Amino acid sequence: MITLQDLRKVYQTRSGEVVALDGISLEIPQGQIHGIVGQSGAGKSTLIRCLTALERPTTGSVIVDGAEVSALSEALLRQARRRIGMVFQHVNLFEARTAAANIAYPLAIAGVPRAQRAIRVQELLDLVGLGDRGDAYPAQLSGGQKQRVGIARALATEPAVLLCDEPTSALDSTTTRQILRLIRDVRDRLGITVVIITHETSVVREVCDAATLLADGRIVESGPLADVVTRPGSPLSQALVPVPDVGVGDQRALVQVSAGGAQAQIAHALHAIATEPDAHVVAGSIETLGGVRVGRWHLDVADGDRVAVLSRLRAAGLAIEDDAA
Amino acid sequence: MNWWNELLANPAISEKLPEATLETLGMVAFASFWTALVGLPLGLVLHATGKGGTRPVPVLYVVLSALVNIGRAIPFIILIILLIPVTRAVVGTPLGWQAAVLPLAVGAVPFYARLVETSAREVAPGKIEAALMVGASRLRMTGGVIVREALPSLIAGFTVTVIALVGYSAMAGAVGGGGLGFLAITYGYQRFDASVMFAAVIVILAIVFLIQFLGDRAARLVDHR
Ligand SMILES: Nc1ncnc2c1ncn2[C@@H]1O[C@H](COP(=O)(O)OP(=O)(O)OP(=O)(O)O)[C@@H](O)[C@H]1O
Ligand SMILES: [Mg+2]
Repeated sequence: MITLQDLRKVYQTRSGEVVALDGISLEIPQGQIHGIVGQSGAGKSTLIRCLTALERPTTGSVIVDGAEVSALSEALLRQARRRIGMVFQHVNLFEARTAAANIAYPLAIAGVPRAQRAIRVQELLDLVGLGDRGDAYPAQLSGGQKQRVGIARALATEPAVLLCDEPTSALDSTTTRQILRLIRDVRDRLGITVVIITHETSVVREVCDAATLLADGRIVESGPLADVVTRPGSPLSQALVPVPDVGVGDQRALVQVSAGGAQAQIAHALHAIATEPDAHVVAGSIETLGGVRVGRWHLDVADGDRVAVLSRLRAAGLAIEDDAA
Repeated sequence: MNWWNELLANPAISEKLPEATLETLGMVAFASFWTALVGLPLGLVLHATGKGGTRPVPVLYVVLSALVNIGRAIPFIILIILLIPVTRAVVGTPLGWQAAVLPLAVGAVPFYARLVETSAREVAPGKIEAALMVGASRLRMTGGVIVREALPSLIAGFTVTVIALVGYSAMAGAVGGGGLGFLAITYGYQRFDASVMFAAVIVILAIVFLIQFLGDRAARLVDHR
């Protein structure tokens, strides 16, 4: 549904060139909720702006829903954009218009007749759970309600792709969860492809099927969550499933190990650790992510037979993530 | 109420004042109309072609911007005189309130255009992007989003402009444009009839207050923030 090929974006600034995106190639299949994470300045916003052609890539191509948006003429781009919905961090509702009128705006632009518009607007208001607030102006809505209107507006023209740039960064945790649930719900019902940009790994854990980690304009790692979390040494996995804090003490002797897959593999790993007299769990967690069970542990391994212990654990299917000693 | 009867007994007040008031209102109304008609699009073009606008055209922006600055820099009284040939060509005569409309509008257009540009710039870029992202053309986005979102501020700026036009219109009167300014100057300054001058000033004040009141009302009516 979305294909990026060797995407580069270079900004010319007074102090020289800034390479915001440096050879990004990515494939996002239809119906997937794809999270793009990375630290501030990694190029996340630039990437999403290239997807919408608000920004033109320096080189490379962007194909969304069959159209190469990076090469479209102005008029065709306007058509193509109706197939792309965009949700903004700061919502960007039109304050001079009511919630209903905000949602009606894309329909008016697309030339939908007035009578049909009213019906569709009500459907969308119902979809985002604001059926009775159509007459409210944005100033009269809470942050979460505004974002719901923002999502409804983005969905108005039945786009094939929904792009969300930090859709929940301005919201509290409860509202965030509601908005993310709404996005997932919308995807389930409409089969729409969703890209969510975020700096919060919790957002990825909560809604995404797949994720891409960006750093300095490059892809560090990318893949479905189920693959990522069971990949030994995966930086994305480290970010998504951090081990609980070990607390004070000598951390040099600690080893981080992980296991992932079906529950049986976790049970096997736990058994291996438990039967190892010279290894003690200092901290650890087990959870389900992307439909896969993931376990991560910090082990305190006695110095003497370290190598033997670790090789036995490895044989039991555990991955040695980080051997501090 | 002796002074009141005295005032009314003065034909300059009972006859000329209402006439002059109408002339002033006529001048301001027509000049305001043309100012809005030309100043609004000009301001929007300035915004669109300027740095960070939706269609930057540096050359055009610099030229328009310079014209606007020149228009605002020339003192109004001099502008009227400079424009006499143009006024004569367009209106037929450089005298009378109708003739004053042209220099008034020419003086106010750059002023209002700048205010429009500033108001447009205050519309959050994100709203503009949101409109472009649903496939709106620049023209539709300008009308439906920039103008609409900036409307309270555009009205406030227009109110300021119209009030400035009331002041300008008095100056236009001084050089034969008619209206309250002309009345105040001919009677108050040239014939030493201070009561006419005061009466004219009071009416001007009333007009200004009324415009401000209506402007505030209108701005509040369209403000949903
Ligand atoms: N218009 C621009 N001109 C010059 N440099 C830019 C411009 N926009 C972005 N950059 C640069 O490109 C890089 C990537 O920026 P981008 O906004 O995509 O980061 P981000 O991952 O979205 O960060 P954040 O999480 O803080 O939003 C940064 O180094 C930034 O300074
Ligand atoms: Mg960003």
